[in-house]
Amino acid sequence: MAEPATGLAISASFRPLRVWLLLPSWLVIGFFLLAPVLVMLVYSFLTKEFRGGVIWEFSLAAYDQFVFDRGLFGDEPPTIEWTYITIFARSITQAALATVFCLVIGFPTAFFIATRSPATRSIWLFLVTVPYWVNLLIRTVSMKFLIRDNGPLNELLLALGVISEPLAMINTNFAVQLGLFYSYLPFMVLPVYASVERYDFSLSEAAADLYAGRWTILRRVLLPVVRPGIIAGCILVFVPSLGAFLAPDLLGGAKNFMIGSLIEEQFKGNAGNWPFGAAASMILLTLVLLALLLLVRQQRTTEAG
Amino acid sequence: MAVLCLTVLYAPLLVVMAYSFNASQSITVWGGFSWRWYEDIFFGLEAAKFKTAAWNSVTIATAAATAATIIATAAAIGMVRGGAFRGRQVSFALLSMPIMVPEIVTAVATLVFFSAIGFTLGYSSILVAHIVFCIPFAYLPISARLEGIEGVYEEAAQDLYANRWQVFVHVLFPLMAPGVLAGFLLAFIISLDDFIITNFIKGAGVETLPTAIFGAVKQGIKPNIMALSTIMLLLSLLLVTVSLIVGRIGLKSDRSNHDRDG
Repeated sequence: MAEPATGLAISASFRPLRVWLLLPSWLVIGFFLLAPVLVMLVYSFLTKEFRGGVIWEFSLAAYDQFVFDRGLFGDEPPTIEWTYITIFARSITQAALATVFCLVIGFPTAFFIATRSPATRSIWLFLVTVPYWVNLLIRTVSMKFLIRDNGPLNELLLALGVISEPLAMINTNFAVQLGLFYSYLPFMVLPVYASVERYDFSLSEAAADLYAGRWTILRRVLLPVVRPGIIAGCILVFVPSLGAFLAPDLLGGAKNFMIGSLIEEQFKGNAGNWPFGAAASMILLTLVLLALLLLVRQQRTTEAG
Repeated sequence: MAVLCLTVLYAPLLVVMAYSFNASQSITVWGGFSWRWYEDIFFGLEAAKFKTAAWNSVTIATAAATAATIIATAAAIGMVRGGAFRGRQVSFALLSMPIMVPEIVTAVATLVFFSAIGFTLGYSSILVAHIVFCIPFAYLPISARLEGIEGVYEEAAQDLYANRWQVFVHVLFPLMAPGVLAGFLLAFIISLDDFIITNFIKGAGVETLPTAIFGAVKQGIKPNIMALSTIMLLLSLLLVTVSLIVGRIGLKSDRSNHDRDG
């Protein structure tokens, strides 16, 4: 996240107290978040203890285990282990697809809202934001209720005669995607809206006067202006989708495992493998930080240009 | 498209709200309108469990949001009114770290760390974790508000020999108040909302509303859970509306101040 540019000159009325004012936040976050994440980094290079926990012996086994299968006792010639690569690939695909769906539905919505009169605009924005404030667990459970085999959606479709027998939607990849889409749609609409709102529509008119087609106007005139908003929206949807836990767990079932559930499994009960879970967390964290770096760089170039 | 968007966003919630008034025991058959599931969550078999969970949720959210708001207010003044300094970027990265690290990673890292330092899991571990991830949510609206306040007011007060504490209490805080309140409400909702982190570090026997709901839902969605969800849903709605109105009032009072100035 880039720091918002301040329009005003930086005031320094509290400069002598600066360190004391910042210290509590540094200490609390440093001790209870930065330190734990660093501990995880260390743990990912240690040897696993069988009943959960670690043995203080350096080992790359946790990372090795992602890619190679060396048999039960670790002495067989390594073969490629696809289980975890598949889970990561699935998570990335799911998150990417959810992002695409959010963009396809969210962009026209944001565009629609930005072109309303100011008064109606704030009502629409309010309506789009409200669901975000409703507990994510409750939203996911609601979705599960709606799309289950004999749930209201299937009943409705049956009654309308669209389908002749209930669609099996729950515990599919589709359900997970729907859940992710539903969870993070506001994250797409809001930044896109913010950039479309700044767009000067007389530019489109000017382009049309110069015989630009609709598609050309969209691509050459509108898109460059709203691109930062789209990229911000995509990353804001992609990042939480990648590490999502509730939607895959409640809507996806065991077959549609994602990174979040994989990590969870390593730390629940006594059967887990802490170094492996720590390594999975570190890989996830790296992916997320890369995505965020992309966002920051994008915003820098936009500000500079 | 906008209509489709809203349909997708609201359909599941409305369906659950509607079915929470279902008189029937089954969640598929509509048996007429009734309040029985609302009675059930307050007076039924699981009422005691829900009451404890609700109490935990509300007290943790209040305490965590209060602590996070105090820490975030201090940090915002340090960042926005502390002049330029070299660690600014790092400090900002640290402040936004709880938003950037995926929740599941925060959850397991906190769990591992707490067990490593021997911090017993339970009410207080939940509280500490909540304070940490509430800080950025309180910080962002507070610092945004502070950035919008010109430095002239504090300078004027300092010229009149007010010390920094007086400047804060009599000048800066009243100007910041809408941002602080918005930050507090945001942190409160975020804390109330949290499931993943709480679920990992709650330890045995301590439940908040989301973990209690998750536990119940694992055995299938029951009508009383829908009633409980509806109540929480309406509560969130109320809080968001209040925080928006507070924000509006803040903006309006600014505008009228400016009008008077001009």
